[in-house]
Amino acid sequence: MPSTDREVGVRIAVDRVLCTGHGVCARTLPGRIRLDEWGYPIVEAVAVDPVDADLAVKLCPARALYLR
Amino acid sequence: MTGQTLWFISRATGTVSLILFTTIVVLGMVIAGRRAPHGDSATIVMGLHRWLSLGSLAFLALHIVTAIADGYVSVGWLSTILPFTSVYRTFWVGLGTLAVDILLAVVVTSYLRHRMPERSWKAIHWLSYAMWPFALIHGFAMGTASEPLLRWLTVLCGAAGAAAVAWRLRTTHADRERRALVNFQEWS
Ligand code: SF4
Repeated sequence: MPSTDREVGVRIAVDRVLCTGHGVCARTLPGRIRLDEWGYPIVEAVAVDPVDADLAVKLCPARALYLR
Repeated sequence: MTGQTLWFISRATGTVSLILFTTIVVLGMVIAGRRAPHGDSATIVMGLHRWLSLGSLAFLALHIVTAIADGYVSVGWLSTILPFTSVYRTFWVGLGTLAVDILLAVVVTSYLRHRMPERSWKAIHWLSYAMWPFALIHGFAMGTASEPLLRWLTVLCGAAGAAAVAWRLRTTHADRERRALVNFQEWS
């Protein structure tokens, strides 16, 4: 897809095995990640601002967030 | 600066460090043990845990530098890193040094967490449970003899940390339980 090349930022992903459902990422990346009914993240948009992404990755208690 | 001033700064920054460490350790247990850790509070707790750890290093550095520069007693620069090398109150200073060594290891590995195996990170992070009592005992033995206020403050820190440990021991693995529940639900 050529359109993804023009998207600013980095791509975020969740390691579902490592994630312990702290829900921090839903606050550090609002509008990008929301939580399901059990408190586990659903990635709604993978492209995020690099600075936001960096903070979110650092603050994930289970280090389950990563950049692709 | 006179030795007296340095000694006061050293004691004050030592006290602040101990209060910060207690807070950080308690926050860490809250992160690890909360049953439903969603939302703003989880984010604030995690942010504080991380940034207070970094901030505490400044107070700790000042505490150490002033304690050694004081010169009234002989501690020596070597004992900033090597435990039990201080001439002055070898054991109690040594406990403080051990705490510093562990703290540095915990902070460094946390900044390199994404580049090392999770198990190693965790093993080193667990050493915090030794670091905090070392710091507490070091502070109690060295800085509070003639100061009831500091003595009570230290006891208060100890009580807060002990309460958190007791709570943490009774918490279960929230994630594992939730995953089990998810597995049990009916899938339509
Ligand atoms: S912050 Fe990390 S552990 Fe928490 S829900 Fe997001 S990915 Fe999972």
